[in-house]
Amino acid sequence: MKKYKEVLLDPIFNNNPIALQILGICSALAVTSKLETAVVMSLAVTLVTAFSNFSVSLIRKHIPSSIRILVEMTIIASLVIIADQLIKAFAFDVSKQLSVYVGLIITNCIVMGRAEAYALQNPPVESFLDGIGNGLGYSFVLLFVGFFRELIGSGKLLGFSILPLTTEGGWYMPNGLMVLAPSAFFIIGFLIWGIRTWKPEQNEED
Amino acid sequence: MSSDSTKKTVLVAAGVCFVCAILVSSTTVSLAPKQAVNKTLDRIQNILAAGDVEANNQDPQVIYKEKIKPVLIEVETGRILDKSEYTDELNPEKFDIKKMVNIPEYTYQIPSSEDAAGIKKRPKYMVIYEVMGENDTVEKYIFPIYGKGLWSTLYGFISLDKELKIVKGLTFYEHGETPGLGGEVDNPKWKETWKGKKAFNEDGKVIIQVIKGKVDQSSPQAEHQIDGLSGSTLTTRGVDNLVRYWLSENGYGPFLKAMREGGSHEKI
Repeated sequence: MKKYKEVLLDPIFNNNPIALQILGICSALAVTSKLETAVVMSLAVTLVTAFSNFSVSLIRKHIPSSIRILVEMTIIASLVIIADQLIKAFAFDVSKQLSVYVGLIITNCIVMGRAEAYALQNPPVESFLDGIGNGLGYSFVLLFVGFFRELIGSGKLLGFSILPLTTEGGWYMPNGLMVLAPSAFFIIGFLIWGIRTWKPEQNEED
Repeated sequence: MSSDSTKKTVLVAAGVCFVCAILVSSTTVSLAPKQAVNKTLDRIQNILAAGDVEANNQDPQVIYKEKIKPVLIEVETGRILDKSEYTDELNPEKFDIKKMVNIPEYTYQIPSSEDAAGIKKRPKYMVIYEVMGENDTVEKYIFPIYGKGLWSTLYGFISLDKELKIVKGLTFYEHGETPGLGGEVDNPKWKETWKGKKAFNEDGKVIIQVIKGKVDQSSPQAEHQIDGLSGSTLTTRGVDNLVRYWLSENGYGPFLKAMREGGSHEKI
């Protein structure tokens, strides 16, 4: 039982895909200018990683090493298309904002990376949990970044006004940099700094 | 059988493809009707929003049926198409600008000297919407407009009053401008400032203008000027260009002129 727990929770702080493995940065920049898109993206990536890990692990003993990556890609791509279709059917407004980024989950390094690094060597249930865990690790960073970008950049959270803007008669002058992609680099940088101060063992040796 | 034999490789590849193909196609097919409903509803809501039609908590589809009348026009001449001329693609209920510009038969290549909106080609025909008021008279007209902003093409609607002179509303339903900067074209406060602005002067020339910075309310030009969005000069310029393009002679000009002169409503 302890092992399952570790597999599930380790990727959140101890082995975070973005903060430690520095994977999946691209989408962390693109979809975090608002919290809502970050939430939906997190859900989509978590589910896709979990199910792709599960499926790859199920057939791991039968996958010929010569077409290993192709098989993984086919599975991931199918899952992503399914996720995209579901979002279009059940969260249409969000799907308009996420636009191409859902399709780009296919190229998200985390999904492929976990299939290669974990699911090929481990049984299905653990692989599934590893997928969920890494998805949660990714979600944690996305939500963290999205929270600050939306709050500082537009004075809102999930679309609700928290800091009334000067343009709408309030007092808060939004920071325009926060709605642009580079601000996510700063926030992720601060986050990595914070995590590594808390857990110094994550520091790389020179 | 070893996992690396040729036979096994082919078998696994085929198996994976087969299972994935079934999963993907069954999801797509089973969700298609729901997605189509979403799209239609989205389009209807945008039209209602552009026309500033009050929903009063009713089903938008019902209000749309009741109050909005789509009309297919030939842009170049301003002629209203008769129902007998409708085809599969050329049909107000199915009309899709993005599909139309890919059918050469229905596309007009815009010479670069005319192409203020930066769109290179446009459909030869467009669907405009009449908002019906009391006693079956037209209260407002809603025109689809689109053009290049900074990063993306903005798609939206502009509505004019029944004299076709005053702006009644403006809305964009699709764009990829920077949230918080150019994306502020969605800001309700800013959209509100368009209402009541004069789009044309007495000679029917387009005078509406989005300027850089704030409009001086005391100047006589304030009645046809709109504040630019701060921090998004290029998006603002794009909106200015595309609105002026579609209202000009190259856009809906001929239709506007015909309607103002004849009010030829009986022809429909």
